[in-house]
Amino acid sequence: MVEYNNRILLKGNEAAVYGALLANCDCFFGYPITPASEIAHTAARLFPKLKRVFVQAESEIGAINMVIGAAAMGKRAMTGSSGLGISLKQEAVSYLAAYELPAVILDITRSGPGLGNIGPEQSDYFQVVKGGGHGGYRCLVFTPDSVQEMCDMTMLAFDLAEKYRMPAYVMADGVIGQMMESLTLPEPLPPREDSPWALNKKDAEGNANMLTTIYLEHDELEEVSRKLHAKYEKVKQTEQRAENYLTGDAEVVLCAYGVAARVARRAVDVLRKKGIKAGLVRPLMVFPFPENALKDTLSHARAIVAVELSAGQMIEDVKLAVECRVPVSLCCRYGGNIPSVAEICAAAENALKGGAR
Amino acid sequence: MKEMVKFGKSPVFFDKFTRRPGPIQDNMHYCPGCGHGILHKLIAEAVAERGIQDKTIILAPVGCAVFAYYYFNCGGISVSHGRAPAVGTGVSRSTPDSCVISYQGDGDLGAIGFNEFLQAANRGENMTVFFVNNTNYGMTGGQMAPTTLPGQITTTTPYGRDVNTEGYPLKVCEMVDALEKPIYIERVALSTTANIMKARRAVGKALDNLKAHKGFSLVEVLSGCPVNLKKSAEDMNRFIDENMTKYFPLGCFRDRSAEVEEFVPEYAPVHDPEEVKSILFPRKLNIGVSADFRNESDIFRSERRIKIAGFGGQGILSLGIMLATMGKLRNFNVSWLPSYGPEQRGGSANCSVILSREKIASPIIDGECNLLIAMTSTALEKFKGELKPNSVLVYDSSTLERPDVPADIKVLGIDALNIAREIGNVKCANSVILGALSVVLVDSYLQGDDKMDFDRAFEEAIIDSFNNKPEVIKQNLYAFYEGKKAGAKCFKHGISGNIDKKANDDALNEIIKADNFRDSSTDL
Repeated sequence: MVEYNNRILLKGNEAAVYGALLANCDCFFGYPITPASEIAHTAARLFPKLKRVFVQAESEIGAINMVIGAAAMGKRAMTGSSGLGISLKQEAVSYLAAYELPAVILDITRSGPGLGNIGPEQSDYFQVVKGGGHGGYRCLVFTPDSVQEMCDMTMLAFDLAEKYRMPAYVMADGVIGQMMESLTLPEPLPPREDSPWALNKKDAEGNANMLTTIYLEHDELEEVSRKLHAKYEKVKQTEQRAENYLTGDAEVVLCAYGVAARVARRAVDVLRKKGIKAGLVRPLMVFPFPENALKDTLSHARAIVAVELSAGQMIEDVKLAVECRVPVSLCCRYGGNIPSVAEICAAAENALKGGAR
Repeated sequence: MKEMVKFGKSPVFFDKFTRRPGPIQDNMHYCPGCGHGILHKLIAEAVAERGIQDKTIILAPVGCAVFAYYYFNCGGISVSHGRAPAVGTGVSRSTPDSCVISYQGDGDLGAIGFNEFLQAANRGENMTVFFVNNTNYGMTGGQMAPTTLPGQITTTTPYGRDVNTEGYPLKVCEMVDALEKPIYIERVALSTTANIMKARRAVGKALDNLKAHKGFSLVEVLSGCPVNLKKSAEDMNRFIDENMTKYFPLGCFRDRSAEVEEFVPEYAPVHDPEEVKSILFPRKLNIGVSADFRNESDIFRSERRIKIAGFGGQGILSLGIMLATMGKLRNFNVSWLPSYGPEQRGGSANCSVILSREKIASPIIDGECNLLIAMTSTALEKFKGELKPNSVLVYDSSTLERPDVPADIKVLGIDALNIAREIGNVKCANSVILGALSVVLVDSYLQGDDKMDFDRAFEEAIIDSFNNKPEVIKQNLYAFYEGKKAGAKCFKHGISGNIDKKANDDALNEIIKADNFRDSSTDL
């Protein structure tokens, strides 16, 4: 009897593929791009071992459209890329949302605009969280900050994507994708049936299933879109996720995700040692944005600092969440740089000074 | 059944087109004289005759045929412009017993989606592409298509297609004929009854191939668009026969249908949780410590924040991985962060390793380094400023002078490169350093059996790192113990007594015996 260990050392990119396989993902369609390439490397190695499908597509566009094909057949399918590749995929993501097909897309973010560089940045927030493609739609967006979460959240992304029939992103910066950490592999999910919308199954009237996104009658499209937006509203009400660290009495609240949250957490410790009541709200998902977790801090918080690897994108959602009832300031680095613990501490102390009315 | 197909509506069509919104549900939405209706009918008949209705998935393009799902009672999806062959790849790979029909027009296939089309053809995906060539974009209002004839007037070539600026019409069948994988390529026309009967045979042959899962078939169909081309139905057919066929000759370009065997798709993805685990989970090894082991001593009570720096080829990143693997095997939390990117293409290389009992906050060293391993002078200069008070610096004394650092920093010079050279493999220098590190990290904190436990974790980390290369593993294990000796000398304190015993052939052979190897699925 062979015994197995569930502790393993993996890169974030690798852990996401493990998560996908443990969550019964049947198909991976990918295209090489740094710093996400290990996703395709790992998928190429492991999917065939489980007799599942790996295809290196001709392009980012090809890859995401292959995902549409597999999802339309009721399978769990995934692709992975980085910023500029995601830009190319956006058209198809709009279609996924319109078909109401689930799929998981990994975005291992790098610096931009343009080619930028392959250092970590979080400036994909707008294109991933706010739509990116055409038409009014939303995607679930998970924001892991560890290799363990790369695995766990990819698994959860498949479940929620399927539950709500909408595409889900796992958005992690290059550091989270590239670094190795020890993690505990979760148990594989039990086998699943192909989804009922599979094109080789029948609809309620016994006719072959079909999927379309074209509704020429204005009233008809309005009704279809109304249903989509009602779904997104339900997601906002029920699926907010955040991790609070020492926020119970915090006077200055940091808000950060991904690697920025890892540094911010250390900054909170340093600030606390200095006697400053600091805390961290870490969004585990940024759509839906954890508005409630931030609102809950308003009874004691005097200032909020958004810590980001961008010139300020998530901060807009932070401001909306707290309805600007306390000053919200930004601590950021970009271009591949990461704010240091000292920089975050200084920003927090500064915010607290400015925030004292 | 056959009678019905010949003289009535194919059962693959809906009796009434109720998926079509509005009051008209008996007729198709196509214009009079349009070829789509004829081709739809030929496909519906052929699908019915072959009994593949339940397996057929029709991909509708952007263009007038976007509404194909109004008519066909087959699995249907209307996809975005040009992407049908990519979507079809997803359908057929994920569900290999399906029969994928990609129905595309000339703008969709020849312009915006040419790459998706050509690549699917080149991969030999199991699908049939029906390519409707009517020399213009129909639905959007008669613009120039890749197949518009020289001199032909369209809404975007009001003075006629000028081959000097717009090039010549795209010969799709001829291009696909240059590829190896496609099995059947034919161009037909819908201009006359005789041609329609030929088209019927071509559609049938393509669907025979599809049913037998033989691979990629392409049928190009020259088709009329009298409304946009501003022609009567009669003139339209004359245009196809006299103008289009001159540039797009009819006929079969390739037919390897008979040479290719019928293929029975096998699709048995592994989902049984135990089987999945056997592939993904690391095997427990015979050496090392149990998974629930928790050392009671003080080691790593506070975080060890380690920076390893040098240049590419010195095994900097793998030294970090070995260290992290050791930590993982002892159930510590570990993180390993490489300097990824252009640097890895040559020149400097560095990585950060953190070992801790607690959840690791920031994986970035960020000026709080308590152990620096420097293998080059550049690395030393770059990172020595990050060392905290009372930290440790390890450097390769084979190549570097003793560095000038504050007195509270403990400095260990390890003759790594020279020791590795003596062993016979300069690449082992990183394992020499690992041995020295094991003294710094472990021996100064642990006593007795604990040390041996850690030795075994290091051994396993080395085996893991050089999986499947026993001779390299042996050299590195040897280097590790030599490094341990060198480290102990520097530290001037006692170390466990079994080093000399370990650093010999028999002992090393015992460590690397076959059943101590992992399944290769856990390669890093």
